[in-house]
Amino acid sequence: MDELLRDFLTESGESLTVVDGEMVKLEADPNNREVLQKIFRLVHTIKGTCGFIGLPRLEKVAHAAENVLGKFRDGVTRVTPGSVTLIFESLDRIKEILAGIEQTESEPAGDDTDLIERLGVLAALDGQDSADPGADAAAGLFAQGTAAPAPETAHAAAPADAVRATAGEAVVVEAAAPVAAKSGDAPLANQSIRVNVDVIEQLIVMVSELVLTRNQLLEMVRHSNDSEFKVPLQRLSNVTAELQESVMKTRMQPIGNAWAKLPRIVRDLGAELGKKIELQMHGAETELDRQVLELIKDPLTHMVRNSADHGLETPAERKASGKPEQGTITLRAFHEGGHIIVEIADDGRGLPLDKIKAKALANGLVSESELGRMSEAQVQRFIFHAGLSTAQKVTNVSGRGVGMDVVRSNIELIGGSIDLKSREGHGTTFTIKIPLTMAIISALIVGVSEMRFAIPQICVRELVRASEGSDTKIERINRTSVLRLRDRLLPLVRLSEVLKVGSGQGEDPAEAYIVVAQAAGQTFGIVVDTVFDTGEIVVKPVCSILKDIPVFSGNTILGDGSVIMILDPNGVAAAVAGEIGTRNAAEDALGGVVVDSEPKQSLLLFRAGSAEPKAVLLGAVTRLEMVDAQKIERSDGRHVLQYRGNLMPVVTSLAGSLCAEGAQPILVFSEGEHTVGVAVDEILDIVDATLKFELSASGSGVIGTSVVKGRATEVIDIAYHVSEVFQSWFAKGAQGRARPSVLLVDDSPFFRTMVAPQLMAAGYDVTEAGNAELALRLMGEGKSFDIILSDISMPGMDGRQFAAAVKRDPGWRETPVVGLAADTDENDPGVFDALTRKFDREGLIQTINGFIHTQERAA
Amino acid sequence: MSRVAAVGNEYVTVMIGSQMFGIAIGLVNEIFKPERLTPVPLSHPDIAGVLNLRGRIVTMIDCRRRLGIAAGDGVQDHMAVGVERDGDHYGLLFDGAGEVLRFSQEQIEPPPVNLDPHWKKVSKGVFRMESGLLVLLDVSILLDFGRKAAA
Repeated sequence: MDELLRDFLTESGESLTVVDGEMVKLEADPNNREVLQKIFRLVHTIKGTCGFIGLPRLEKVAHAAENVLGKFRDGVTRVTPGSVTLIFESLDRIKEILAGIEQTESEPAGDDTDLIERLGVLAALDGQDSADPGADAAAGLFAQGTAAPAPETAHAAAPADAVRATAGEAVVVEAAAPVAAKSGDAPLANQSIRVNVDVIEQLIVMVSELVLTRNQLLEMVRHSNDSEFKVPLQRLSNVTAELQESVMKTRMQPIGNAWAKLPRIVRDLGAELGKKIELQMHGAETELDRQVLELIKDPLTHMVRNSADHGLETPAERKASGKPEQGTITLRAFHEGGHIIVEIADDGRGLPLDKIKAKALANGLVSESELGRMSEAQVQRFIFHAGLSTAQKVTNVSGRGVGMDVVRSNIELIGGSIDLKSREGHGTTFTIKIPLTMAIISALIVGVSEMRFAIPQICVRELVRASEGSDTKIERINRTSVLRLRDRLLPLVRLSEVLKVGSGQGEDPAEAYIVVAQAAGQTFGIVVDTVFDTGEIVVKPVCSILKDIPVFSGNTILGDGSVIMILDPNGVAAAVAGEIGTRNAAEDALGGVVVDSEPKQSLLLFRAGSAEPKAVLLGAVTRLEMVDAQKIERSDGRHVLQYRGNLMPVVTSLAGSLCAEGAQPILVFSEGEHTVGVAVDEILDIVDATLKFELSASGSGVIGTSVVKGRATEVIDIAYHVSEVFQSWFAKGAQGRARPSVLLVDDSPFFRTMVAPQLMAAGYDVTEAGNAELALRLMGEGKSFDIILSDISMPGMDGRQFAAAVKRDPGWRETPVVGLAADTDENDPGVFDALTRKFDREGLIQTINGFIHTQERAA
Repeated sequence: MSRVAAVGNEYVTVMIGSQMFGIAIGLVNEIFKPERLTPVPLSHPDIAGVLNLRGRIVTMIDCRRRLGIAAGDGVQDHMAVGVERDGDHYGLLFDGAGEVLRFSQEQIEPPPVNLDPHWKKVSKGVFRMESGLLVLLDVSILLDFGRKAAA
């Protein structure tokens, strides 16, 4: 393409973008002479150049538009929305023709007569319009303004000094001043040059290499104590750093470049949707990497469209809710700690929570009960999920179901993140956090199986060191590793497993580092062996044959010269989701995971001894009592209470101490004719919860810890705490004879851990078996028991088959077998001697007692 | 087979296992000794890893595996041929040091019909030498992991 033509295209494109923005300003403020002057000048330049390089069609359109603008300028014709629309129409026509020229290098054929005629009519209106008082006022203003210097000469300077570049590929390198073409009246235009982007890219690559070489040199010199290279190397190092900074600066562009088209878009949208919209832009001068800028342009545009279309109400609606008719969309950009924050805010109706909920339910993203537990913010974040457009009607503006999820993934693609705040009736604010540049990022270097990897710092939330025996340790539920981190269970993924390196399949290491990362809307822990360092790394793309590995986003060369891979946290997040499987969107948003499928339990939450909530299974509690603290007496070193005509021992080991006065909450447990009270500090709540357990060692007085209502809660082994009292009673009753023996067969370690201490507390010896086969092996070894308790549904041989096997054995035939039913639908004992409910502790003990006493009487 | 590049009547010869291969010299950027190879987890098994060659990241291809030549067959004197494809840099790992041979187009014969189909795809032709046969490698097919043509 002819260089002259190429330059013309580049420049006209830029000018037209500016004109678009200025026209919107003019419409809002028709008397702004400065704006009008600028528009006129730019259009005039385009027209002039067209004539010069021989583009007659373009020249005619530009000329007609210029005529109208001239009348505006001279105050002859009034600036009205209608006339502005007509000017926009001509600008669009000019762009169309320019696009045609860019493709074919010659003017496309077409007929502009109609447009030119209408422009002509508008320009000819002067006579009639001059009677208009508004026009007179404007004319007067303009007349006063003529004394101001009209910088007509400025526009010629920029193109004259410009280095040749192709349309759309040029970046403007700024020396000190804003670019002439953009600011219009900058006298320093000749301090800017145009440089092809390729040149800058090449420069950056070379500087990156230089940085790496310097790092290598520094690494080498660090090991030798006195080197003559040290001083010059230090200088080289400084110069390199400065060079790197300067070169990176050439890539920086103000974010305003990505916003330039928005005023026009918003104006058109407003006209189309019948809304009054004001677009405010703050921080347009905030600079960021050109590449990043290109990539956020579309998401930003999409979000502004969304705000205009869905966010803002119609003027009537706004009036009705007591807001000004004109809605406001505010764009704000600023730097914050190595990142750019871009906010898109509207003062519209806010996100409709009910609709999002309904949609999320309809699409199966959550269940009703899960929704009930979610906070507003969590519900709102559903709009980032695929296929959740809340637009009532599909307009041609937005609402086609490819909405915020696409925006989110585009932003995550460049290592950014997005969040939102919304109040129904008050508006919505989206916050985008993006890195300044993609070429150099700060990263955490981690090690696993003798290999090193880089994790981008932007998604690293914190670093946790876990070791056996400390408070933070890796725990396992089923085959899933979790970390108890403050009030939540953090799903863990082992990097060695994700990458399939090392042996790493077996036990969790005694000591490990956990990188708490956030990506793709999930928070999870990446388990690594070691953490080396953090540092700035130069991201290099991987070669094409490695591109399809989702867990890597690039590679880099470290200071020591070796190459390492850069992990893509989104890819790792996908691996986490795959590994855990049961995870769904709701848990995702809640930040917790269901890792065990125990049925829901009713729990009594209380406080005792410490601020953390504790829980007991509600089924085990007979009554809750508030008693007068003064009524608790001391007898024989123990606390007792007169309760329903008997003396009830009161256990204080949980609470530590009793209330001195006032009401003392007591949990009452009954065991046959025995009753015992457990003093607690405060009864909090009764909740239905799925116990997601980490089991504790038996005998600790705690069955395990689970997250209940978002807090880590110790589930108390009540039998342990009352055993002291009970054992003495049982000792009395069972004097001189052996404790009856119970064989407990259940595949759930949780259940065994819960029940076995209770049985022991009730005076039985308990042998546990994890499945029917193990139990039958005991039979083979000639062991005998007084009673067998067996779960009904077990993997492998189930409870009924097991009971049948027991009944066939000559040695065990007489032993009663009690089936443990998990749900109330099981009513037919069948081969069992009796059935009892798994979680009905009292019923279970009574059933066992019944059989044992029968045996005793028989004996 | 007329796809031999016009630049090349000169070929760099390399040993992979006990077989000699030829690569058109125009395609070869350099011959280097690979150092500090970093394996890439989850990558194609024929990819030996990545390394830093004077500030460039080079992806190394294990030609033995790629051609299905058993390990331990022949001397393992690790050297690599640097080639470029679609702007990416690759290193082809081979076993024996190479020399440059010159021969004319007419001396190249199409690969024998009974050649292992695996090899047939990556070979552009065969050259008969005094000491044995030299198989000319089609580097672009060798590096084509997308279509699994040579895999």
